[in-house]
Amino acid sequence: MAIFLNSDSRIIVQGMTGAEGMKHTQRMLAGGSNIVGGVNPRKAGETVEVEGKSLPVFGTVQEAMAETGANVSVIFVPPAFAKAAIIEAIDAEIPLAVAITEGIPVHDSASAWAYNVEKGLKTRLIGPNCPGIISPGQSNAGITPWNITGQGPIGLVSKSGTLTYQMMFELRDIGFTTGIGIGGDPVIGTTHIDALEAFENDPETKAIVLIGEIGGDSEEKAAEYISKHVTKPVVAYVAGFTAPEGKTMGHAGAIVSGSAGTAQAKKEAFEAVGVKVGKTPSETASLMRDIIANL
Amino acid sequence: MDLFEYQARDLFENYGVPVLQGRIADTPEEAEAAAAAIGGTVVVKAQVKTGGRGKAGGVKVAHSPQEAKEKAEEILGLDIKGHVVKRVMIAQGAKIAQEFYFSVLLDRSNRTFLSLCSVEGGMEIEQLAVERPEALARIPVSAVSGIDKAKAVEITKAGGFPDELVDAVSDVIVKLYEVFEKEDATLVEVNPLVLTEDGQILALDGKVTLDENADFRHERDQMERDALDPLEAKAKAMDLNYVKLDGEVGIIGNGAGLVMSTLDVVAYAGESHGGVKPANFLDIGGGASAEVMAAGLDVILNDPQVKSVFVNVFGGITACDAVANGIVGALNTLGSKASKPLVVRLDGNNVDEGRTILKEFNHPLVALADTMDGGASTAAELANR
Repeated sequence: MAIFLNSDSRIIVQGMTGAEGMKHTQRMLAGGSNIVGGVNPRKAGETVEVEGKSLPVFGTVQEAMAETGANVSVIFVPPAFAKAAIIEAIDAEIPLAVAITEGIPVHDSASAWAYNVEKGLKTRLIGPNCPGIISPGQSNAGITPWNITGQGPIGLVSKSGTLTYQMMFELRDIGFTTGIGIGGDPVIGTTHIDALEAFENDPETKAIVLIGEIGGDSEEKAAEYISKHVTKPVVAYVAGFTAPEGKTMGHAGAIVSGSAGTAQAKKEAFEAVGVKVGKTPSETASLMRDIIANL
Repeated sequence: MDLFEYQARDLFENYGVPVLQGRIADTPEEAEAAAAAIGGTVVVKAQVKTGGRGKAGGVKVAHSPQEAKEKAEEILGLDIKGHVVKRVMIAQGAKIAQEFYFSVLLDRSNRTFLSLCSVEGGMEIEQLAVERPEALARIPVSAVSGIDKAKAVEITKAGGFPDELVDAVSDVIVKLYEVFEKEDATLVEVNPLVLTEDGQILALDGKVTLDENADFRHERDQMERDALDPLEAKAKAMDLNYVKLDGEVGIIGNGAGLVMSTLDVVAYAGESHGGVKPANFLDIGGGASAEVMAAGLDVILNDPQVKSVFVNVFGGITACDAVANGIVGALNTLGSKASKPLVVRLDGNNVDEGRTILKEFNHPLVALADTMDGGASTAAELANR
């Protein structure tokens, strides 16, 4: 088992024929993902050879789903067109859409999200501004280097891409069911809580690593959720203790506004509900090692 | 990006939001001329992006152009909470009968927009929210349908406005939402929104925050922006994601989360090494190419406060051997400009090959670290020497 993505996932890539799309389609295929086609209205009908596989290009997500049985879309469309691409995926009711694109205006992500809610949330959106989701040994929908980790009992949910890689690499001998990068934007489709809920319900996930960073209140909400609904052990890491107030630290959403969104408050929220918080990524990994050893 | 008050006023005017005349002045003479052009009583207002201007002496009434010149002389150069006043706005005076509050903003927590409205204005909104929460209406706004006239009426009524004002105030709210939507703002706040003695509704002071991710679809090149630190300006020109801090350990890493984490780990390590702190945030992106590495090192080595540099890279898509070659390339490019000790920690794909490349390069200033925590400690120790 794994959550949201597994060996049955049939993936299309929106923006496959662009430079980023092509590079990562290649990498996802090399890592064993079942990529079944791409979408680009201007190149509909063409076929692209990638990693020895002929991938058809379709005009729309709907058409791609009808022809290939795709149930996952990974979106690499540039910021100016990303909203339209996400809306198209929602309209086609694809079960999972993973928006990798960084730099989408927040009005666009907010209105795409509101649209998804109005349409009854038939599409699970991950991102935007995220590395995507990987279920090691099964499938990889996004830009996580597939060869940094292995399959195992840990579930991971993180706002940050490279911290996800770091953690998956440090714990590669133990391995993961699924790692989800939820993204560092102010408005995202899948939250820490969504992933916690799914990991709690996944029998193969035995323990959970949660990575947060400054900005917003997703971590505080996650802490409350853990105290009420999560029975599996959780360890957390929070980045940004030294971030100054009012400065955006790389991610559009990583900003301390006044006294809101500080790393200290997030850490305290986790500790108040009994979740151990590592001082560094390595210490967090070793907290997880202890948990796994005592299972 | 937060706008100055005068920029918010100009935006409001463009969208037909009723505002008073306002002109900017950078010298007392310009203030005098602006006051003469506007005529009558004016208010001289410091243009700084911080609250509490009035209490700090940054807002003064002037009854004549001569007086406006004198007030501007007093206000220009004033330090308000660390912001030095370089510009004032000369605003037309108004006879205020009543003050109200309105804002529309991105509500991150609920992934929607939110409007806040109250017939009780004139104080800081945080204060109103604490002291009289029942007086502050909080109405969610859909990011799809926004605020039309009917929604604006709902908001106005919820804010406690009397019937005779609902029509006029809701008209203004519809226009303010237009500013919010069309300008890609994450905050449009009017405090106070006022009723004048002659029955007009006016936006007297505005705060607007724009989403910089949307810069590509607006013409914002000519806008006055906050003066950047010289190193930040240099980094920006090179397209680097850099924030200047005030410590001694220069930081380079790939990925925003990993770099934020590196700053924290260095600060912890610094606690045992004379309290040294990170000197900057610098994310060179997932790719970590030689050119970007060289540009990043160049910026950091130009920071006179930097005593040591910690390069912390996780090799994922760009594996560690490529990153190591990037560092070698960067140091060769920089030559003698690379004058401070560099602690390099590589982890991830092809880590052994990467370390071998750096060992063979054998640069006198480069030390290799096995772990992030160990590298932070070494870099902090070097900065404290």
